Amino acid sequence: MPTVRDTIKNTVRFHLKENKGLAMGQCLTAVGWVGGTLPELYEDDGMVELSMADVAGGGFAVGAALAGRRPMYVIRYQGFNWFNAPMIVNYAAKSKDLWGVPCPMFVRSIAMEGGIGPVAGSSHHALYYRMPGVRIVSPMTPKEYMNVYDDFMHSDDVFYVSEHRGSYNNQEELPNLYPENPHISLFPISITRFAAQEAAFELAKEGINVSVHHIMSIKPLRLSKLDYKSLAVTGKGIVLDDDYTNGIAKSIAYDIIKKVDSKLEVMGLDDRTAGFYTQVDNLPPSKEKIIAKIREMLA
Amino acid sequence: MHNETLLEIHKRAALCRAFEQEVYRQVENKTIKIPVYLSAGQEYTPATLSVFLDSIDKQIFIQHRGHSTYLCFGGDIEQLIYELLGDKRGCANGMGGSASIQSREKQIYGHDGLMGSHGPIATGMAYANKKLTLCFTGDAAAEEDYFISSIGWASTKHLPIWYIVEDNNLSILTEKKVRRNWEMHRLAQAFSMKGVDCSDDPEHLWLQLTDCYVGEPVLLNVRTNRLFWHAGAGIDDPNIPDTHKKYTERFGDKYVKEAEEIVKEAWKKCLQ
Repeated sequence: MPTVRDTIKNTVRFHLKENKGLAMGQCLTAVGWVGGTLPELYEDDGMVELSMADVAGGGFAVGAALAGRRPMYVIRYQGFNWFNAPMIVNYAAKSKDLWGVPCPMFVRSIAMEGGIGPVAGSSHHALYYRMPGVRIVSPMTPKEYMNVYDDFMHSDDVFYVSEHRGSYNNQEELPNLYPENPHISLFPISITRFAAQEAAFELAKEGINVSVHHIMSIKPLRLSKLDYKSLAVTGKGIVLDDDYTNGIAKSIAYDIIKKVDSKLEVMGLDDRTAGFYTQVDNLPPSKEKIIAKIREMLA
Repeated sequence: MHNETLLEIHKRAALCRAFEQEVYRQVENKTIKIPVYLSAGQEYTPATLSVFLDSIDKQIFIQHRGHSTYLCFGGDIEQLIYELLGDKRGCANGMGGSASIQSREKQIYGHDGLMGSHGPIATGMAYANKKLTLCFTGDAAAEEDYFISSIGWASTKHLPIWYIVEDNNLSILTEKKVRRNWEMHRLAQAFSMKGVDCSDDPEHLWLQLTDCYVGEPVLLNVRTNRLFWHAGAGIDDPNIPDTHKKYTERFGDKYVKEAEEIVKEAWKKCLQ
């Protein structure tokens, strides 16, 4: 069974070799090949090492997109989007609306957790969320990643692909959980999907039924009628994110509440700066924290 | 330089001047209700470049103060007028105003409003398709850190891109000497690429262009003058030098009047 890492690597290889696309970014061909997610290809194959000028680098990728090369723009830590995002969200994402000129690009934005400090840790997909013209997805399984790439190749939109290094070894799909007589509903994003599933399995042993509705497509938000129906039964739930809660989590909770009158809470990063050591880090909600929150809400 | 070539440059510049003077009037009488960035005084730079590169396939990036560049490189005059009026028949569907104009037909790409952002974008496009790319900018936007990084990468990758810095010495009204103690063409030279400093007199500029190669990165810092306000209709300095006067004296006012007639007719049609 291929892992997410294998899938990304094969997807990039296919994009460069078969679709004549580009992969652009910094330190791509360094030791590790971005967590093993890049094939060992070089500039002649379309693997383009950029200078360390992050802001300009985002613009170079936009220019390549304008030329129709459908670049995969690799941002090794999502926090680096503070520098890389300006031209992606202000030019590529607006070009179709403003000028009728599509500028499709695939932003591979990578999150990781733990010991990486105040900028580089966790997901920062909310930076793009407020801007028009961007599709935001967060695939955590091999099949999801392949589907995202396929969607991209049939689209002329800008895709922000919120990856997480914690998913790279994953080989399993993550189906939604619809237990009978659910007590509470979880709506997890990115790496929190694994913790949410674990929490649901553990609580099931105690007879607490937790439905899990994975959010892979963040913008536009894609949930099924079954998801809303399930929430209507429980009347309560939690939106879980790997970013600060003052962003996507609260916004999605609002959108869901508009459809189903319910009590929704949000969990994500604490509203404080992360340090490098464990005792000062700022991590997404763990299985234990999710379980504690569920117990509190069901009490 | 042939006299016919110079005359063609003058004709294009005359059209631009007539256009900007009419826009000035339309701003004053409030027909145009958005911020406009007039390029009067700076016409001879795009006019000369456009004649010099007439037969070469190219893609062009502009930002605000780009009306003259748009017109010189063949952008449709009526679509520009419609754009300034916010009409959906405009070159940017009535959304781009004065600063974000484009012409898909002429491969002129619009600007998003972030000063200098077209530097990296133009550079990336030149990298991706290896087509001659002209990136027109101002002396202030060229100071943006990402614009400077772009010049460095273009040199590193030896890209077919010409950065044309229309150096009017002003960032709104802040003079260059207040902002920096270095010159753009010397910066380009430090990046190991061709950097040229010259005036916007077409005879001088043409001479410099004959020494530039289409397949190589070049930075042209062209010293020019902005006749009107940074934005809107007004005059900062009535005594500022004007290259157009010199060539109007040389060729007479025949082509100026012809240009004014073209502009008048276009406005009449668009305002119907």
